[in-house]
Amino acid sequence: MLLIACPWCGPRDEAEFHYGGQAHVAHPEDPAALSDEEWARYLFFRDNPKGLFAERWSHAAGCRRWFNAVRDTATNEIHAVYRAGEPRPVIT
Amino acid sequence: MSGRPYRREGVTGRVLRFRFDGRDLEGLAGDTLASALLANGVRTVASSVRLGRPRGVYAAGCEEPNAVVQIEEPFPEPMLTATTVELYDGLVATGLPGRGRLADRPDPARYDAVHTHCDVLVVGAGPAGIAAAGVAARAGARVILADERPEPGGGLLGTTETVDGRPGRAWASAEIAALTALPDTRVLRRTTVIGHYDDNYVVAVERRTNHLGAAAPPGMARERVWRIRAKRVVLATGGHERFVAFAGNDLPGVMLAGAARTYVNQYGVLPGRRAVVFTTNDTAYAAALDLADAGIEIAAVADVRREPGSAWADWAWADRCAERGIEVLTGHVVTAAKGEGEVTGAEIAPRSGRGTREVAADLLLVSGGWTPVAHLFSQAGGTLRYDEGLGAFVPGETRQAAEAAGFAAGVTTLRDCLADGAEAGRRALTALGFGAPGVTVPVVEEEPANAPAEHLWLVESGDYGTHFVDLQRDVTVAEVLRATGAGLTSVEHVKRYTTAGTAHDQGKTSGLLTSGVVAHALGVDVAGLGTTTFRAPYTPVSFAALAGRDRGPLHDPVRVAAMHEWHVARGALFENVGQWKRPWYYPRPGEDMGAAVLRECAAVREGVGAMDASTLGKIDVVGPDAGVFLDRLYTNMMSTLKVGSIRYGVMCRPDGMVFDDGTAIRLADDRYLVTTTTGNAAAVLDWMEEWLQTEWPDLRVRCTSVTEQWATVALAGPRSREVLAALAPGLAVGNADFPFMTWRDAEVAGIEARVCRISFSGELAYEINVSSWYGLALWEAVMASGEVTPYGTETMHVLRAEKGYPIVGQDTDGTVTPQDLGMEWIVSKKKADFVGRRSYARADTSRPDRRHLVGLLPEDPGVLLPEGAHLVSAPVAGPVAPTARPTARPTALAAPPVRALGFVTSSYRSAALGRTFALALVSGGRGRVGERLYAPVGDDLVPVTVTSHVLYDPEGARRDG
Repeated sequence: MLLIACPWCGPRDEAEFHYGGQAHVAHPEDPAALSDEEWARYLFFRDNPKGLFAERWSHAAGCRRWFNAVRDTATNEIHAVYRAGEPRPVIT
Repeated sequence: MSGRPYRREGVTGRVLRFRFDGRDLEGLAGDTLASALLANGVRTVASSVRLGRPRGVYAAGCEEPNAVVQIEEPFPEPMLTATTVELYDGLVATGLPGRGRLADRPDPARYDAVHTHCDVLVVGAGPAGIAAAGVAARAGARVILADERPEPGGGLLGTTETVDGRPGRAWASAEIAALTALPDTRVLRRTTVIGHYDDNYVVAVERRTNHLGAAAPPGMARERVWRIRAKRVVLATGGHERFVAFAGNDLPGVMLAGAARTYVNQYGVLPGRRAVVFTTNDTAYAAALDLADAGIEIAAVADVRREPGSAWADWAWADRCAERGIEVLTGHVVTAAKGEGEVTGAEIAPRSGRGTREVAADLLLVSGGWTPVAHLFSQAGGTLRYDEGLGAFVPGETRQAAEAAGFAAGVTTLRDCLADGAEAGRRALTALGFGAPGVTVPVVEEEPANAPAEHLWLVESGDYGTHFVDLQRDVTVAEVLRATGAGLTSVEHVKRYTTAGTAHDQGKTSGLLTSGVVAHALGVDVAGLGTTTFRAPYTPVSFAALAGRDRGPLHDPVRVAAMHEWHVARGALFENVGQWKRPWYYPRPGEDMGAAVLRECAAVREGVGAMDASTLGKIDVVGPDAGVFLDRLYTNMMSTLKVGSIRYGVMCRPDGMVFDDGTAIRLADDRYLVTTTTGNAAAVLDWMEEWLQTEWPDLRVRCTSVTEQWATVALAGPRSREVLAALAPGLAVGNADFPFMTWRDAEVAGIEARVCRISFSGELAYEINVSSWYGLALWEAVMASGEVTPYGTETMHVLRAEKGYPIVGQDTDGTVTPQDLGMEWIVSKKKADFVGRRSYARADTSRPDRRHLVGLLPEDPGVLLPEGAHLVSAPVAGPVAPTARPTARPTALAAPPVRALGFVTSSYRSAALGRTFALALVSGGRGRVGERLYAPVGDDLVPVTVTSHVLYDPEGARRDG
């Protein structure tokens, strides 16, 4: 079970969190202006990398805040956590 | 010594009586079931799962592949290894044919869980583990030392080695006593670490009363699951001896050499009278000498090595054997275990040339080398590397703050294991910032260095039919060769093809052997072939332990409304909706469910009924942007709702599919109360929070669950107005003063209330909301009128279905749009955007053959369709049965493929319609009104007619009473 450092509460067990999928997929500003394909890409398509992945978590059984994490999907190592709205940090 | 024929001379202790396979036997305190059986000369303990071959005790620990038993008393427990069952007075057990029997009664024992943290977790209280824990604990670190056995010492228990001048067993006990006395050190005995997960999350199971039998203190948890988060983990998990594949290597009397040594030294049990030893390495010599000193005749030692090497010569193993009259045959193998049902001899042959001979023996000891226990290291993502000296895989790299120590890390001698453990403890301290602690390594007498082993996996033969690789799964070399012959080259594939390594022991003795035999068959190096993946749990765990106290009434929280006790007293039956207990129906004496529901339905349609609607989710949405916020989440307009009014709304996902429905009540310009379905309340609140936090953080809105702050009574039926008027004399209840879809503050039965004119039945209806504290008082006041029939969720479901109102999650399944439900009107054309809007312009959501919500009338008005039944438009296929009906009725489906047009989502008997009816999702359903479809039910095809989904009062005449 992961130990996830909530930006508001500190390190807590994974069981306290809900997973929210890929981060930085904003709801389009004007969906009506999108083609069917563009809209379908927003709805149904997500990255699935082996390696670093920016993803959303919600501290559902804690402060109930959404935040983002950069996790290595191959090792489960979390390289960074940051608050919603902040840019994805560069991991070197 | 009668009655103890195989007990070593001079061994005494408290006598324990037990029964095995119907025989009354005696053992001694400190025995395992396996050692007690051996002491009684019981050779055959179980039989094999597939071939039914007799099997005896093979090992002395959790790696046992053969001696699988079932405890019968005091409580049935299947699939335990006799080698890990501690003997107690009154134990009743039977040997198993590879499969156990589940208990036929509830387990009366209690199971617990503990969550804890520590600086250093040491797994295994053998020499390396004790040394590591000692260094860490004495420096002041918070240490947990977990060991699976009842007594500390690990490998020292079965040997005659000394540490710090004391017998190893005594040293271990003294060290553990000293560590236990430290304030921040916890020693867990009988505690098996079963899983090592990410970020050093470790799960262990402690067996607290299993070994006490009927003497277990009542109320004491039988097992405890430890969930430990450790800053550092030291895995001092030791090793398992493996065997060699030769003919008949499964016969009772064949045993791992190290296990026999343990039975002699730790338990004082003689596993046989006359033994042959078959080894690939030096360790079996120590076993041979210990057995000889205990009085067992060693007929011969067959060592596969032609020249075992200088370390072997330096320690003079051959001379030590000769002193005891033991013949050492280097360059020899055991080609077969001989005997019918159990070992009576061994066939020994030189590796080159002829000269096979048979030696009489009742015990055949095998050592094919030792495999480090890398299970936990590997579970947590650690890599393994091949160690040429050991002929086995040892821990390599890991990203966890963990390391292996002692034999688990591939370190072989006792002295080196102690030093390695101490170093691991020191490294853990350094990593935790404890400075540079001093390390004292316990002193060991002179001990032999190990000469190189020869890695022999199998003894070649023309017939591999009884060369067992996995004893518990009855997998032989012949089957592994069949797998490789079929083209399999990966051990993972061979495992699944042969089932080797998939039994209760998860291949502890057989995993590497399987790899070795595959490597041999393919002519490749086992180093490159690898092993199969290690997965938790390390040893089998009972479901009861994992469940802990989360079972029965504590399995999930139970939520009840304020008037629950009234429902119980009235004899209501309850329906589980999420965690809520909702009254389902209120049967009167002699009524079954059908009769009760028909009566309740009629009461609402013709008089007045009341339902406890408290469980509906309620969310307070507050803030200057509350209207804008709700406009974005609901498909219809909420910002234009007037204070004092109520609007029904549907929420959809961005893909346009219905997610939830409910009402929004406008309490003030900046305040709404939103209701949700009972089961979806938490999900809707999460949904609101997610959008507010991640997409619209600029909106000034706060959402709060107030579900449990309110109790709600739904009052429905043409006479509801007069009942309300009597209860709330100050409230103008006329249709003009209090129109549909508005709310009023009022005093009802003397209680401050908010009354909403909402209907989920199509009848004139009100929902009276009061503080939960007054819920029961309100309900009793409503019932005191004497004219109101209480009704439950089943009646509510029937009444709403008659009106074609869908229930989200019953009539929808995440693939249904509002338009599919016939609710085009709820989807705003005016709003620029809302969640899901763009999806209604997708090609898929405008397909004409989408499934629409429709009504179904079975042609036989007495036939109740099962919910979930499929619907087909079956052309007549095959013979048409004679029928009294005017139209021919097909009796069989057309030949496949038969297209399913949809399925039944709701199905009831209707009091108002005087017949059965159903709701269904049907492809192009609105265009099929009047069409006949068929529902295949059992062997029958039930004809139904498609209708509008609104079957009762379609013009809405009853709404205003």
